Amino acid sequence: MSIKEYRTVTQARGGLLVVKDAPGVAFGDRVRIEDYSGGIRNGQVIRAADDAVLILVFEGTEDLDLERTWVRFLDEPVEIALSPELLGREFNGLGEPRDGRPPILSNLRRPVAGSAINPAARTYPREFIQTGISTIDGLNSLVRGQKLPIFSGSGLPHNRLAAQIVRQAKLKDEDTSFSVVFAAMGVSYADAKFFRDEFASSGVLRNVVMFINLADDPPVERLTLPRTALTAAEYLAYDLDRHVLVVMTDMTYYAEALREVATAKGDVPARKGYPGYLYSDLAEIYERCGRIHQRHGSITMMPVVSMPSDDITHPIPDLTGYITEGQIVLSRELHNQGIYPPVHISPSLSRLMKDGIGKDDTREDHPRVSAQIYALYARAQETRNLASIIGADELSERDRRYLAFADAFDTRFVGQGESEDRSIEATLNLAWELMSSFPRDMLTRLKETDLAKYYTGTD
Amino acid sequence: MTELSRTGAIRDINGPIVTVDLPGARSGEQVKIGELGLFGEVISLAGTTAVVQTYESTDGVRPGEIAVGLGFPLSVELGPGLMGGIFDGVQRPLEKIALQSGDYIRRGISVPALDRARQWEFEPNEALEPGAKVSGGLVLGTVQETLTVKHRILVPPGVAGELEELAPAGDYDIEASIARVRTAKGHILKLSMYHRWPVRRPRPYLRRDDGISPLITGQRVIDTFFPQLKGGKGAVPGPFGAGKTVVQQQIARWSNADIVIYVGCGERGNELVDVLESFPQLDDPYSGRKLMERTLLVANTSNMPVVAREASIYVGVTMAEYYRDMGYDVVMLADSTSRWAEALREVSGRLGQMPVEEGYPAYLASRLAAVYERAGRVETYGAGSGSVTLIGAVSPPGGDFSEPVTSHTKDIIETFWALSKELADARHYPSIDWVTSFSGHVHTAAQWWHKEVDANWERRRTAALALLARDAELSRIVNLVGPEALSDAQRWELEGASLIKEGVLQQSALDDVDTFCSPQKQFALLDIAIKIYTSGAELIAIGVPVSELQNLPILAKMRRIKSMYTSDQMDQIQAFRAEVNSAMEEIRIEYAKQGEPAVS
Repeated sequence: MSIKEYRTVTQARGGLLVVKDAPGVAFGDRVRIEDYSGGIRNGQVIRAADDAVLILVFEGTEDLDLERTWVRFLDEPVEIALSPELLGREFNGLGEPRDGRPPILSNLRRPVAGSAINPAARTYPREFIQTGISTIDGLNSLVRGQKLPIFSGSGLPHNRLAAQIVRQAKLKDEDTSFSVVFAAMGVSYADAKFFRDEFASSGVLRNVVMFINLADDPPVERLTLPRTALTAAEYLAYDLDRHVLVVMTDMTYYAEALREVATAKGDVPARKGYPGYLYSDLAEIYERCGRIHQRHGSITMMPVVSMPSDDITHPIPDLTGYITEGQIVLSRELHNQGIYPPVHISPSLSRLMKDGIGKDDTREDHPRVSAQIYALYARAQETRNLASIIGADELSERDRRYLAFADAFDTRFVGQGESEDRSIEATLNLAWELMSSFPRDMLTRLKETDLAKYYTGTD
Repeated sequence: MTELSRTGAIRDINGPIVTVDLPGARSGEQVKIGELGLFGEVISLAGTTAVVQTYESTDGVRPGEIAVGLGFPLSVELGPGLMGGIFDGVQRPLEKIALQSGDYIRRGISVPALDRARQWEFEPNEALEPGAKVSGGLVLGTVQETLTVKHRILVPPGVAGELEELAPAGDYDIEASIARVRTAKGHILKLSMYHRWPVRRPRPYLRRDDGISPLITGQRVIDTFFPQLKGGKGAVPGPFGAGKTVVQQQIARWSNADIVIYVGCGERGNELVDVLESFPQLDDPYSGRKLMERTLLVANTSNMPVVAREASIYVGVTMAEYYRDMGYDVVMLADSTSRWAEALREVSGRLGQMPVEEGYPAYLASRLAAVYERAGRVETYGAGSGSVTLIGAVSPPGGDFSEPVTSHTKDIIETFWALSKELADARHYPSIDWVTSFSGHVHTAAQWWHKEVDANWERRRTAALALLARDAELSRIVNLVGPEALSDAQRWELEGASLIKEGVLQQSALDDVDTFCSPQKQFALLDIAIKIYTSGAELIAIGVPVSELQNLPILAKMRRIKSMYTSDQMDQIQAFRAEVNSAMEEIRIEYAKQGEPAVS
């Protein structure tokens, strides 16, 4: 079909255009819009009826008029050009260069919408990734092909943690490093610069593709940015056989952009004004991660989700938690005590940990050490609450032991340096050192054989 | 069916909702959309236009393209070849699709659920002679579908007449005619080994019966504390990370049902793969064969089209009813019904229907109830008694159990296994909260336990729950004023409750020994824990200080014994009972020697 151009725009509001009398336009197709000054914008058909077409304008509808706006239906889906040249480059949400260099030239173009991986073609992720961070490796291990978000709050060091993981992540006993796809949505200039500098100084820049939409860029573009970034990640993983780590920050701004457009469209809101399809929409993004049969590469994902008012039950972290395979939760309380990384282990979880750890992967005692630490820490938290009411002096000998454990755990196990890369053995040994402050018979989650081998206490 | 098909044109595409001009369309009818041939179903009609929800992404579809009404509603194929399979939300076989379209699911692909080429060894029902009266649900013969499952070939519901011919034993494909039936009107019907059934219509049965035997899942907190009956309906609500999926998978693995149907409805791809990869490795504790031989999966991952997600529950339950009609006990697990409800909400939102609670449509409660009502134990038409047990996971937003899906579900179901975030955070799994969970089946289950295991079952269960309730009460005091305020007897109550929690309720799905626990072992653990508590309480009453009891090594062993010995090593567990008795007796004698029982 030939490319059609129309000047029948009848409405422009909130990032949306309505074009009348444009029959035969395909749903989901790409649109090019020329405004009165000759400026070019990009859009996508989000509703196609025979009498009117609704277009989402990625650059927004600011400063458009109805008379002098030309709409051209490109008769192709929203696509990105793919080639190995992507690495080391920086793009916007549509895959256009942001680094002043020429666009990618390639015959290989793929629609960014992607499609669902056939569950029967997936492979279960089970290769332990050592991040060098004790609270993750020891208690919430990450495996290749997993999506493990960082739940954070404003002012917490999620970006530093994400950067440290990018720097340190490796398979145990293997030197292959990850290729990184970095997707930034609505972040500040300073945050984007932090990552850029971080990638440059750690020498991984040549292995990174960046997709950036800053806080002052058009929000509508955020809707397509993670899809564009993941299309690039899929290319790197499944065409070029690379192991890809996708860092996406911040999914909250993505969801807010989605709400903005949904409201403009008049969608029925479900919770807190977010549309009912927020779950499906987030799943389309998150589920693009994983491993596929007989493909060497993999996609591991670490999205950053900042929890509005630190509320983990807010729809965005809540729905994310239902899709991702666990979450790493940062705590303001630990952060205020000067502990880095302030990982709150109680609500943190890795669902894919069980098959990535143990005798053949990390160490045989690992699963039970993790369960025991969690049980002790949960009890220690109760004791802390109790101590804050009745005072530490009133506590029994046993309870004081828990308090001492909790303090040592927070400062020594949770806390570590920003450049401290702990091996999994070091993490587990540290856990044993802390657990050994308890008598043997209080460590009921561990096996006798574990105790015989690793217990260092005197009881 | 082609003579029934009609064509029309697409008018409007709004995501998965497509409006078509299709005169004569019927509500629920299947429609093929556009040149891609995407499948969908009519959800509302007005004049000559029909609103169609499509099971696949509509990207690239244009107004003016063709729409074909197929004349029949969404149906599934029922026949040999289902077991061990993995299907998508509209019963397309995912493994075959992977062969045809690679790692991603190509749109518009249409592959029948059952293999047309495969030959099955058919054994005719010897009781049937030509001339016999046959009707829907009657067993025509059997096929060994997998090593574990004998598939009974049924006369499709609605067919009735006189048997003219029944095929002799031999190999047939599923389309071959294996029987001819002359109806009352004189029509000759050829029956093959499979038939189709519309998923939104419950399959008929002779009558509904009460459940009588518990579904044994090998999970102590379920079987012993909150039992489920075969034919019952239950829900597992819990916030994310509380362990819903593990609870469901444990039931799928270890329950004593004949058939397990696992519907991953809007779930994680990686977790479904875990099931796909691990089940063929796991042994069925009852038949000794591989679990996959009695398991069937319906997989609609969260990123697959939302409308197919809505259909997946119906597709699953229809297949469950089909195996029920063969006289089997079927367990269907739906993970998660919240995603299904959200699919309803998403579609109703796109239709601009008036939302009632949190954006959900007004028909949420009635739809939920209708789905759960398809569970039950029934007398089938031709294969004796069969049952469908339906267990749905619920994912309440923010873990708030008062939200619409959880609260409506709670009104419908009989067994409620409420998962608690606090327990999960302390890695107490399964994190089924003993305070908020309930089972309406305790008395029926008790009859089974008393007959099969021990006559003291209900008494011990009640004692344990009372101790746990007391623990909750005392813990509140401790949190206010500290443990020093408690008497020795009260502190022993806390210790007793902790023994129940750690020694009985907690059960690790990852521990090879403890992952499955036989009813005998369940009762023994409970009985010994209660025994330790009661004899300890007696000792405290005669003046033994609680600290002396707390230092007994049997306490640590009670917490560990579940994972020391398997269900086959009951001797060692009984030996531990003797150990407990003698340890307690020793203290009693010691204190009796000192004479002077302390006055309390």
